[in-house]
Amino acid sequence: MKKIEAIIKPHRLDDVKEALHAVGVVGLTAYEVKGFGRQKGHTEIYRGAEYTVDFVPKVKIEIVVDDDMAAQVEDAIISAAHSGKIGDGKVFTYDCEGAVRIRTGERGPDAL
Amino acid sequence: MDLQVTIDTVWVLLAAMLVFFMNLGFALVESGFARAKNTVNIISKNFIVFAVSTIAFLVVGWGLMYGDGNGLVGLKGLFMLGGADNSPATGDAYQGVYSALGWAGVPLMAKFFFQLVFAGTAATIVSGAVAERIKYLSFIVFSFVLVAFVYPVVGHWIWGGGWLAGLGFWDFAGSTVVHSVGAWAALAGVLVLGPRLGKFGPDGKARALPGHNMTSAMTGALILWLGWFGFNPGSTMAADPMAISHIMVTTNLSAAAGALVATAVAWKVLGKPDLGMTINGMLGGLVGITAGAAFVSIGSSLVIGAIAGAIVVFGVLLLDRVHLDDPVGALAVHGMGGIFGTLAVGLFAQDSVAPGTTGDGLFFGGGLGLLGSQALGVLAVGAFVFGVSLVTWLAIKATMGVRVSEEEEIEGLDVGEHGNRAYPDFVQTETVA
Repeated sequence: MKKIEAIIKPHRLDDVKEALHAVGVVGLTAYEVKGFGRQKGHTEIYRGAEYTVDFVPKVKIEIVVDDDMAAQVEDAIISAAHSGKIGDGKVFTYDCEGAVRIRTGERGPDAL
Repeated sequence: MDLQVTIDTVWVLLAAMLVFFMNLGFALVESGFARAKNTVNIISKNFIVFAVSTIAFLVVGWGLMYGDGNGLVGLKGLFMLGGADNSPATGDAYQGVYSALGWAGVPLMAKFFFQLVFAGTAATIVSGAVAERIKYLSFIVFSFVLVAFVYPVVGHWIWGGGWLAGLGFWDFAGSTVVHSVGAWAALAGVLVLGPRLGKFGPDGKARALPGHNMTSAMTGALILWLGWFGFNPGSTMAADPMAISHIMVTTNLSAAAGALVATAVAWKVLGKPDLGMTINGMLGGLVGITAGAAFVSIGSSLVIGAIAGAIVVFGVLLLDRVHLDDPVGALAVHGMGGIFGTLAVGLFAQDSVAPGTTGDGLFFGGGLGLLGSQALGVLAVGAFVFGVSLVTWLAIKATMGVRVSEEEEIEGLDVGEHGNRAYPDFVQTETVA
């Protein structure tokens, strides 16, 4: 099994979800995060005082799939989240050692 | 000074202050119904629009509306409240160029302030419908044009002794003058702007873009309900005990009926008692009773509110279906509610409620005459305001632009337009020297 983590632009989440659904992904976890990469932060103003905000809002998604699906999933995320502009995000893939569906006790790929 | 003048003046100014407070109501409803990333922009628009309206109405709006002139527009005392006026003298004793309000026994400045807060309300209605995509400066420019020129012309036709008043068109507190004017101007803006990104999917279906704070929306709705107790009863412009008490109750009943019926209809049609529909139904009831609050019976006010509440629910759903993106429902509440309320005078008015004014409407044996003049007014005001607003919006679009960039709309107008953030929860900052 592979665990795929992706950091994407928040407004791309729906498109990414649809693309993953289309390649057979049945579940994912998403959360709001902040961070920075090459995309620089920006300047905001509070009562006349400027300040820089280095941490940009992003959405992080996590998916665990069977090994043979991993490449497809990566491609689906990349095509749905791609705008060509700085700040589109990144995809990371890891080996996943185990999975259990708590309700039934199923283990391994069956639990996905 | 005469005690009656003192009492009337206190009443008119108190009512005007309640209407002023409605600016906060609109700000809270609209920002609550919009997404968090646009909060600073929306409350900024609702805040500054009253300042813009104040200047616009002082400079020329008041004169166009209430100056003596012809049936179309005021011509005397146009600028800066500059005409002669010996208010609070009334009737034959009144000497001045603002004779359309010569019947009101309060000082000129009380008349001006009361009328100003109404002009500001018309402008602030536009704000919600064009929210989450309009450029801040473009909204400010449009608001100035609306309050300086468009609103006062319609106001002159109806309240300033113009041609519609002469035809027997009645609009007690502004279902048409204030609410429809705001909604027609907003409709033109919605058409020129287009829908928000993501509002309508590739399949053409309307998507929900949920508002971020229903507590705020409900607080604003109750403030508007309170403000209407100045809006309608204050439009007597005199502390007439019987009239202001009657209008207070018709106003409240219509709001109550609108809230209940909208909730019931939403429950039936959508499966759940959607709070957003309850709020807009209540507001629809208030808009609906505004034209007839002084002319209809207590029972009729309940019926008017009930119908308005239902109209708003179906109106919101209809606007989504025809791809008019109105983030807060202003077109349904103020447009459809305003049209219905104006026509309702022609249906429900009773001579016995306010003798010597509207006469009887269709349902009380008065025939079609009153309904006909109400319908004519609805059409004339709609055509004029929509037409002039459309030209104004297109001119703004051609010169300064009307819509923010796609990137800014995605990021939110708060940072893009203002460099501010409404909820800077997680911010690691360093101050720039």
